[in-house]
Amino acid sequence: MNKNLIITGLVIFVLAVLSPFWFNIVTTTQAAPEPELLGKAKTEKKCVLDKYDMRANHMSLLDEWRDAVVRDADRQYDAANGKSFGMSLSTGENSCLGCHEDKAKFCDTCHTYASVDPYCWDCHTNPKEIE
Amino acid sequence: MMENNRRRFLKVAGIAAIGLGASPAISFASSDAHGAAVAVKRKNKEALSAHRWGMVIDTNKITDEIVEKIIDACHKTHNVPDFNHEVDEEKYPETRPVNHKQEVKWIWEEEFHNAFPDKEDEFLAERFHDLPFLVTCNHCKNPPCVQACPTQATFKREDGIVLMDFHRCIGCRFCMAACPFGARSFNFRDPRPFVEEIDPRFPTRSKGVVEKCNLCAERLALGEQPHCVEASEGAIVVGDLDDPESEVRALLNEHYTIRRKQSLGTEPSVYYVM
Repeated sequence: MNKNLIITGLVIFVLAVLSPFWFNIVTTTQAAPEPELLGKAKTEKKCVLDKYDMRANHMSLLDEWRDAVVRDADRQYDAANGKSFGMSLSTGENSCLGCHEDKAKFCDTCHTYASVDPYCWDCHTNPKEIE
Repeated sequence: MMENNRRRFLKVAGIAAIGLGASPAISFASSDAHGAAVAVKRKNKEALSAHRWGMVIDTNKITDEIVEKIIDACHKTHNVPDFNHEVDEEKYPETRPVNHKQEVKWIWEEEFHNAFPDKEDEFLAERFHDLPFLVTCNHCKNPPCVQACPTQATFKREDGIVLMDFHRCIGCRFCMAACPFGARSFNFRDPRPFVEEIDPRFPTRSKGVVEKCNLCAERLALGEQPHCVEASEGAIVVGDLDDPESEVRALLNEHYTIRRKQSLGTEPSVYYVM
């Protein structure tokens, strides 16, 4: 009598504890969106750092760039891979948006998915949005 | 025979160990020989540089027309909001009505007795009363705003320009209280609805930050003269005050010049040819 109760209780408990796992198995989960590479970024293939480094560390890189530009007046970045970049989000051909033409498809898709809300664009402007 | 073998074994093992230990050093040295790539941050090749940037304004050459042109050029290219601009209701619905006491300005016109309160003599030459005086941030040698800023959002760059890091400003406005020239403006509200046409080459500001003239640091970096100099038809010259051969020093040598509120000891870098 007691034994049966305990076992059913345990089964329910284990099922409840593992609910995230079987819930994920039963339902189809939405995969993280891939940032879409368009235009120049698609043909160029080489960013400031390699792909995975960029994905993980672009925020630190931008932070470093910001201080370099504002405080030291350094505006050019000769990357370790031999390419040169303008340390700017949106001004000039070899700035971030100069290559990654579509902010909505490149920046925003991931940021929205990850629920981060950087305030870059409160001040910086996307040249394509102005027109 | 046995002992001899052990000895030999130990010898070989020892040499092998040294070889193994040295291999990382060898590979490090050989990779160094290829020139290990390290990222470098540097200035633009065409950038203008100086030890201490300064400005000379020739008041004889400044007319109302030029004043207007200069202010327009500066404010348009730096996305300075004009609160007389009619807001586009479609783009910015429900914009609060404007409080006209809240203006934002980088360079503006001032009367002599306001710009130079300590130089107002009893019988001042009459022409000074009517002359338009252009005033802006003086990029002082001893900037009191920099000392007042608790976050180092405003700072003096190596080349003498007093700059704002808008990212870092917390909007405490201590700098505005510290500046004896009123050169700083506060963004009481989002400035974007009041910018007629946003220039993508320069960011706008956001609500809650202080702004002021940056001596067109973004243009000097491209090897171009500041907007006010370009629009001034020769009335404003910007150059290196520390270089005795520079154009500004030549002007200072030739003419009698004054500075604003010199007695305060902030050492302004903007000179006025009288």
